[in-house]
Amino acid sequence: MEKEFVWKHKHLLGLEYLNAAEITHILDTAESFQEISQRDIKKVPTLRGKVVVNMFVEPSTRTKMSFSLAAKRLSADVVDFSPSTSSLAKGETLKDTARNIEAMGIDIAIIRHTSPGTPHLLSRIINASVVNAGDGPHEHPTQGLLDIYTMREKKKQIKGLKVAVVGDILHSRVARSNIWGLTKLGAKVIAVGPPTLIPMQIRDMGVEIAYNIDEVIPEVDVINILRIQLERQRSKFFPTVREYARLFGINSDRLKRAKPDVMIMHPGPINRGVEITAEVADGKQSVILRQVTNGLAVRMAVLVLVSGSDKEATEEKE
Amino acid sequence: MPSLLIKNGRVIDPANKINKIASVYVVDGKIKSVGGQAFQSRQAGSTAKGQVSEAGKVIDAKGMVVTPGLIDMHVHLREPGKEDEETISSGAAAAINGGFTSVACMPNTDPAVDNEASAEFVYLQAKRAGFANVFPIGAVTKNRKGEELSEMGQLFRGGAVGFSDDGEPIKSAEVIRRALEYSKMFNKPVIDHCEDKDLIRDGVMNEGNTSVALGLTGMPSISEEIMIYRDIALARLTGGKLHIAHISTAKGVELVRQAKKEGIKVTAEVTPHHLALSDEYIRTSNYDTVYKVNPPLRSKADVLALRKGLQDGTIDAIASDHAPHSEEQKDVEFNVAPFGMIGMESLLGVMLTELVGKKVITLGQLIAALTVNPAKILGIPKGTLSAGADADITIIDLEKKWVIDPTQFKSKSRNCPFAGWKVKGKAVSVIVNGNVII
Repeated sequence: MEKEFVWKHKHLLGLEYLNAAEITHILDTAESFQEISQRDIKKVPTLRGKVVVNMFVEPSTRTKMSFSLAAKRLSADVVDFSPSTSSLAKGETLKDTARNIEAMGIDIAIIRHTSPGTPHLLSRIINASVVNAGDGPHEHPTQGLLDIYTMREKKKQIKGLKVAVVGDILHSRVARSNIWGLTKLGAKVIAVGPPTLIPMQIRDMGVEIAYNIDEVIPEVDVINILRIQLERQRSKFFPTVREYARLFGINSDRLKRAKPDVMIMHPGPINRGVEITAEVADGKQSVILRQVTNGLAVRMAVLVLVSGSDKEATEEKE
Repeated sequence: MPSLLIKNGRVIDPANKINKIASVYVVDGKIKSVGGQAFQSRQAGSTAKGQVSEAGKVIDAKGMVVTPGLIDMHVHLREPGKEDEETISSGAAAAINGGFTSVACMPNTDPAVDNEASAEFVYLQAKRAGFANVFPIGAVTKNRKGEELSEMGQLFRGGAVGFSDDGEPIKSAEVIRRALEYSKMFNKPVIDHCEDKDLIRDGVMNEGNTSVALGLTGMPSISEEIMIYRDIALARLTGGKLHIAHISTAKGVELVRQAKKEGIKVTAEVTPHHLALSDEYIRTSNYDTVYKVNPPLRSKADVLALRKGLQDGTIDAIASDHAPHSEEQKDVEFNVAPFGMIGMESLLGVMLTELVGKKVITLGQLIAALTVNPAKILGIPKGTLSAGADADITIIDLEKKWVIDPTQFKSKSRNCPFAGWKVKGKAVSVIVNGNVII
């Protein structure tokens, strides 16, 4: 870890707002937490006495669980806020809800929301640190970080990698966080999917566009497959799920032309037989479960850094 | 009524092609005459004889610009229905504070202004308030549903100066065709909010590289272009008077330009926010909902095209599309927040600074876009200092520097995207029907 580096951000709203050194610092910090997960007692006192609230205004299972577990391993107190039982369902505004929650004394708010920019809004309302756990199709920075972490773990460095992101780029926060993070670290990103799901302006983010997956597969080091949301079919973005699977589904036939050490990634939850076949998801090139494991370490690192507790963490490690 | 003399000011009256130091003489709420130096000394003489000074008031407008009362032809005053956000009275007061003597308000209230009585209600409330003149625009269709024509003749009798379902585009080509035909009896425009809703879906901002980076659903500019194209074709067919509300796209401007060349009866208005702001503001402000408006703030290229459209006369009028929303409505998640921003009280300062100050258009062009042009479009006897016209007059101090502070506004709402802007130029006196309001 660079000795001179000072982490400056109070919030993690997206990878767009970080530079390469800051992203690398998160990955390095995560690496130092990785070992905790292998311990018998999987807990360190770094965030003892801190309160972390999970504000998942859009439903989520794995991300919420991953954040909760990450916070608990750091000894923070974790509170869950779910809108079905909350006052948001009763018509209270986010602003009032957030202020009420803050009045109970919280240090970090982790928010997922269907509307892009809600973490930004929250960061203006409350004094606690805000971590974006997915804001509509905008960003999902910890997913981007854990994807990049997993790539770095296997490929050693990100610079020079060719990464295909396949599927619904238009509506994908995972795609955007991958694109920002990977391009900042010097990887090349190719967005692959039907033109209805790949906005042309994505090129302005430094991305190449391709419509034929079979032409892309042989040249890439990583294939990051996005979940296809079935409701997009009703919105006329593609004719049928079957046709999508034909044109873009990653199966073992297609992978025959891939580099032997190609990494197969997916943020989950997967639709087996749609964007990815079971054989590929469970195959030897798949790192899908490793992503989940790494997500914990990455989220621990993020919580520690935004709370400003990284100095203590380093001391404890030593 | 006592008489009024405004002397020494630079009188700019585009309707009469006047731009000179002159005096404006008002008697009985009407413009009596506008004259130069000789006229002034004659008036001075009459003052000596006691004809003016005894009966009336003298305003020394030295160093000021004296114009026909400004007209904002597109505002939303929320009454009846949402009086917490604006009322006809608070809106009319805001108009005066912004330098406007007349505004035309859109019928998307609850209930909608789609019958004679509700149009008369607008007049009545404005008269009670006693600030600016408020002209109702009647709905094109019953309850603004886009299905059956409203009683346009009755609305006209009730004082409607135009017809619009603003906020809702008229989806049916047949309905707008019939509206353009039927309204020819009254010589009032059909004002369309041009937007193909199918292409918009649940969009919240302009479609482009900014929306893609922000992950917000885009509203493509083609949705405006397609509707303008359709409306112009129907105006060509029917010979009806078509007015394009809040034009926002480069392609839209080009269509209007071509239609005008062809001689089709089409006019267009543009808002200050589409002339001064681009969609980048949503990004740099980290999703501030004050910039959420429909039509959405467009690209910088569109902003330039709109300015060009004003320069060459393709766009006739500047209107605020003043759309008040309460703080609790606006200060929410971006996707949830309503569209709209207020504009009556910032319009003049922003336009003088951004357009005239930066030499995009001349002062005369700006005044025309706020006086004679909207008056002609709506067919109202305003926007001129011709002898016999209603004595609606705005006096502007071009040198006055001020900071836009919505907390000082007369409007009940605060959703102004220009808060904090340093501007130059302000209306310092506003006269309605010969009465000095400020």
